[in-house]
Amino acid sequence: MTTQTLLHERDRSRQAFLSRSTLLTSLVLIVGMLVVLVLNALPESSAWHVSNATVSLLGKYFTYMLLALAVDLIWGYLGILSLGHGAFFALGGYAMGLYLNAQTSPLPGWQSIMTYFPVAALAVLLAPGLLALVFGWLAFRSRVTGVYFSIITQALTFALMLAFNRNEMGMGGSTGLTRFYELLGFSLASEGMTVALFVASGMAVLLAFWLCRAITVSRLGRVSVATRDAEARVRFIGYRVDHVKLALFVVSAMIAGVAGALYVPQVGIINPSTFAPLFSIEVVVWVALGGRATLYGALLGALVVNYLKTVLTGVMPDAWLFILGGLFVLVTMLLPQGIAGVISTWRGKRHDGEEQDRQEVSA
Amino acid sequence: MSVIDSTRFDRLREFARPDRVFDFMAPAQSPVDVRHGPILYLEDVSVSFDGFQAINQLNLTIDDGELRCIIGPNGAGKTTMMDIITGKTRPDHGQVWFGSRHNLLTLDEPQIANLGIGRKFQKPTVFEALDVTENLELAMAGDRRVWKTLLARLDREGQARIDEVLETIGLTSARHRLAGVLSHGQKQWLEIGMLLMQRPRLLLVDEPVAGMTEPEMHRTAELLTRLAGQQSVVVVEHDMGFVRSIARQVTVLHQGSVLAEGTMDEVASDPRVIEVYLGGDEEAA
Repeated sequence: MTTQTLLHERDRSRQAFLSRSTLLTSLVLIVGMLVVLVLNALPESSAWHVSNATVSLLGKYFTYMLLALAVDLIWGYLGILSLGHGAFFALGGYAMGLYLNAQTSPLPGWQSIMTYFPVAALAVLLAPGLLALVFGWLAFRSRVTGVYFSIITQALTFALMLAFNRNEMGMGGSTGLTRFYELLGFSLASEGMTVALFVASGMAVLLAFWLCRAITVSRLGRVSVATRDAEARVRFIGYRVDHVKLALFVVSAMIAGVAGALYVPQVGIINPSTFAPLFSIEVVVWVALGGRATLYGALLGALVVNYLKTVLTGVMPDAWLFILGGLFVLVTMLLPQGIAGVISTWRGKRHDGEEQDRQEVSA
Repeated sequence: MSVIDSTRFDRLREFARPDRVFDFMAPAQSPVDVRHGPILYLEDVSVSFDGFQAINQLNLTIDDGELRCIIGPNGAGKTTMMDIITGKTRPDHGQVWFGSRHNLLTLDEPQIANLGIGRKFQKPTVFEALDVTENLELAMAGDRRVWKTLLARLDREGQARIDEVLETIGLTSARHRLAGVLSHGQKQWLEIGMLLMQRPRLLLVDEPVAGMTEPEMHRTAELLTRLAGQQSVVVVEHDMGFVRSIARQVTVLHQGSVLAEGTMDEVASDPRVIEVYLGGDEEAA
């Protein structure tokens, strides 16, 4: 066969669940976690010691990576740009916040059921899941797509922000929920808890990564890529596009909810600002920077941008938003496939399966 | 009195027949009923967009296994007619039946597709980020529900079916190429191949040879004539040479309704047809 043919052939091995990129990403995550744990265990006098504060910060990054994964699943692979995913993240966070509050003082009314961890854990999945189900059902059934869908997701998260700001909601009004002391009977301030939450977040990222990978390499994943590129065609060969979208949207919202639930105990507060449209837009920027339609790209994007944010807001706090905006513009213009695009070019893997998935994604 | 009793008894016996399942247990999507001949039946269909009468009291009958060409000048309503049959557009009034059992006006696009009506668009629409085999795999007839799709694996039978269709459309050597890098003609064939994977009873093909080279056109003609008989095929086409090469029955649409119907020669010699359509294009006719 000619080189032309070879260049454009799709490498089947990359479509398998256990492709090289899946193994590599899993390995990096696991080894990264272990290294942090080992360095944390070193005596504080050591130059290599990683402080608890850093471990907690990295745990927070993990929850952001989880959120980026949720956005990438529906944006990268299904073409649904949600500018309101912070809402699902925040709902998961509030569910966890209520549970944590209930450990110190009994909650009034219906909220008292959140005292029990299994109920709270269920609420972390169900609150975002049900909202996504109802919202998605209405939107996808009416074939709301593209920028219109993005705008109503913004409206959704904005409306929730206003609602949660009200004291009548019983969610702490504009202060939100604080006063977190205990989780499952252990003190949140303890060193062990910091490490445990870090490990739990890391494991959640790994599991969600495998879940998303399993979905995207299945036939359903191919249907969703097909829907992203030619929705009408998918409908005419007999798939219910609205059902496919709804299913993935709900899964994505649930992943975001778990991210929020893990975020709250590590940060110590959840308030309505998490519902702010700006936060949701930031998440999209992480994914765009990392490279949409590659799962590892979303993880990388969330990590890199948030690390930059931590460093730069320390150095020059006022400039951060300008830097973020500038970065977004530059990446869109120069690296439409994000960091992941650079990596795959650099590795000479132009005909990587994931690369091909992205060929049709316009910046 | 005895007459009534015996019919009652008959009904009871009918009800208890061991060789049949009860109606409510029969598969929801019963096969298309073509005992009365036509597989597609449009009666008095009209639709207008912002006052423009795109389809005007259209009557059309396609028999089972037929290959029908539909021609007509731009704006005659050919594509709109396909939109109505596949559920994309709802007519203002009229009736559209698939066989004598399925009223297409009560169904939406996926339901109509799963009943067995396949459609090829005017502009070739394949899934460019997927390879040829995957395009065919997605189109393969099967359970389309989300959970089943998630767990679906390509079995040996499915693989054999894909190989067979690859052979038919002549893309066996390009099976792992991305659909996005195929030539225009190959994309058209791939789309026809996707229709075949659906195992449709009725194929609607919109301008299959637009932009094709001469040899590609011959191949397509061959492909379509081979399909007729197994499936009913409706081809909308501008290219008169191509229509002449495949058509047995030709329907001429004009301003949203049928102007003439018959063999190519009959139609071509019809003075009204010559006036509205072929008149300016004597040579092509």
